[in-house]
Amino acid sequence: MTATTLNASRWRPAPALAAAIYYAVAGAITLAFLFPVAWVLLSSLQPIAGVPAEPDWLPSWLSLHNYATLTHVGAGLWRYLWNSLTVAIGSALGVAAIASLAAYGFSRFRFIGRRLAFMLCLVALMVPFQTVLTPLFIVLRLVGLQNSLIGLGAVYTTFHLPLGIMIMLAAFDAVPRALDEAAMIDGAGSVNLLWRILLPLVAPSLVTVVLINFIASWNEFLAALILMTDQSNYTMPVMLVTISFGYLGAVDWGALQAGTVITMLPCLALTIAFQRYYVQGLLAGSTKG
Amino acid sequence: MRRRGLQGWLYVAPALGLTGVFFLWPLAMVAWISAHNWPLIGRPRWIGWRNYVAAFDDDVFLDAIRFTVAYAAIITPVLFVVAFGLALLANVERRGVGVFRTVWFLPTSIGISTASVLWVWMLNGDVGVFTTILNALGLVHGPVPYLDSSMAATAAASSMVVWKTAGFTMILLLVGLQGIPRELHEAARIDGASYWQDFRHITLPLMRRTLRLALMLSVTGSLLVFDPFYVITRGGPQNGTISIVYWIYNSAFVSFRVGYAAALALLLLAVVLAVNLVQLVLLREPDDA
Repeated sequence: MTATTLNASRWRPAPALAAAIYYAVAGAITLAFLFPVAWVLLSSLQPIAGVPAEPDWLPSWLSLHNYATLTHVGAGLWRYLWNSLTVAIGSALGVAAIASLAAYGFSRFRFIGRRLAFMLCLVALMVPFQTVLTPLFIVLRLVGLQNSLIGLGAVYTTFHLPLGIMIMLAAFDAVPRALDEAAMIDGAGSVNLLWRILLPLVAPSLVTVVLINFIASWNEFLAALILMTDQSNYTMPVMLVTISFGYLGAVDWGALQAGTVITMLPCLALTIAFQRYYVQGLLAGSTKG
Repeated sequence: MRRRGLQGWLYVAPALGLTGVFFLWPLAMVAWISAHNWPLIGRPRWIGWRNYVAAFDDDVFLDAIRFTVAYAAIITPVLFVVAFGLALLANVERRGVGVFRTVWFLPTSIGISTASVLWVWMLNGDVGVFTTILNALGLVHGPVPYLDSSMAATAAASSMVVWKTAGFTMILLLVGLQGIPRELHEAARIDGASYWQDFRHITLPLMRRTLRLALMLSVTGSLLVFDPFYVITRGGPQNGTISIVYWIYNSAFVSFRVGYAAALALLLLAVVLAVNLVQLVLLREPDDA
């Protein structure tokens, strides 16, 4: 209570009251933040009047009908989920592998043109990807990857490489070089050194890279909208926006809610499970070294 | 440290290759394309500076610049006030504060286009939840026309952006807040400083670097805004909410004026680089407090 006695003239709420105010304010904000997510989840599970609730194991006030509808929208939910998953997983693993190799090269080797190579790899940090999207459309056509999921995956991998290299470089640089020398004396080659000794040590950074790139690619909209011209190659976000525009007929709000839930859920689950890694990745991205 | 030249190159080659094909090549092409009348399909024709001249005669583009700058100027302070409030609430030692922090941060992981689709549904005049609430409270009768004026439409889209990004800005500010030595706050309290005086004379000055970083992220992010105004307002009403990237997209992929879009993209790149440069200078400046 020293604060109170020192500042007798200044009113301070009693601890219990302060706690009550704090929890009321923070609790109200928390509810407001949760509301859109909770509301769309509950709405998506609403049964439709006149349609029997399915499946039977759900309580009668819940139904997966809206999710079932989604399997008939456009090329079908499974197709869009497959597209999103392969592109997001492919590019997340691609960035992790290619950025690790590059960061290892930059961290452990001195070679002619190293500074230039480093600069070229990181130019993209200064240039917003929106700038290159239009010519990218033409480049993909020239290399025969137009309207292809592999092309989209390669594009995401490229866009996310600079940040991946920065994160992995910081991780490799933090590993003492004495370790390399010990391994070399034991006869390990540079591949063995990377694979058996260094990679396990930088595993947390690797998790960060995979996580932020999976979520970023899963969520990306503009590039997918531009580069995927065939409806069957749409990713989840593009499919969702297409539904919301009513391009596939009158807007089916139930399908829209179900699609929104499916698109949000993996990101929310991963963030809750790996919050620390995700935050670290985003912070690295914001300061860019 | 090893000096064998070729080996280092081998490790960085995949990253360089991808960056070259999917980033540097298109980046070089932007400049080339921007000097042409370049239809998506058909023969391009060299026209020199004329795309750039046309840009400054294009009322929609000039309006898009005005709109985007105004949007950045509005969203940034709002985002700051909300995020700073959250950061202060999250920076206390109370039971459950970790849960609050996690929930406030969660929307960060949701895609901006997905969140936009969520808002499309919640803002809908017939089925949207905002209308339901306002009607239930007796404030309005019947559908609410949120998207009938540019002001209201921008506010509606901005509310989504605040919901989605405030949590990340909160984390940035939180890192700054926690970097302030605890002794400083304690000393101030012993000297009889009020909460406000402590905030004004200790917290804010010591957060300068963090605030600058968050400011620059918000400004560059806002200048590149696309999804909310493509998905929620669709550029309307009466073309009142067309952002710069939206107009570039429209020029290239709706009107098929690829050369013109490339010129606009280069102009945007110049602006973003200028902002980045200012950021670098500001961030290098040492904290004098």
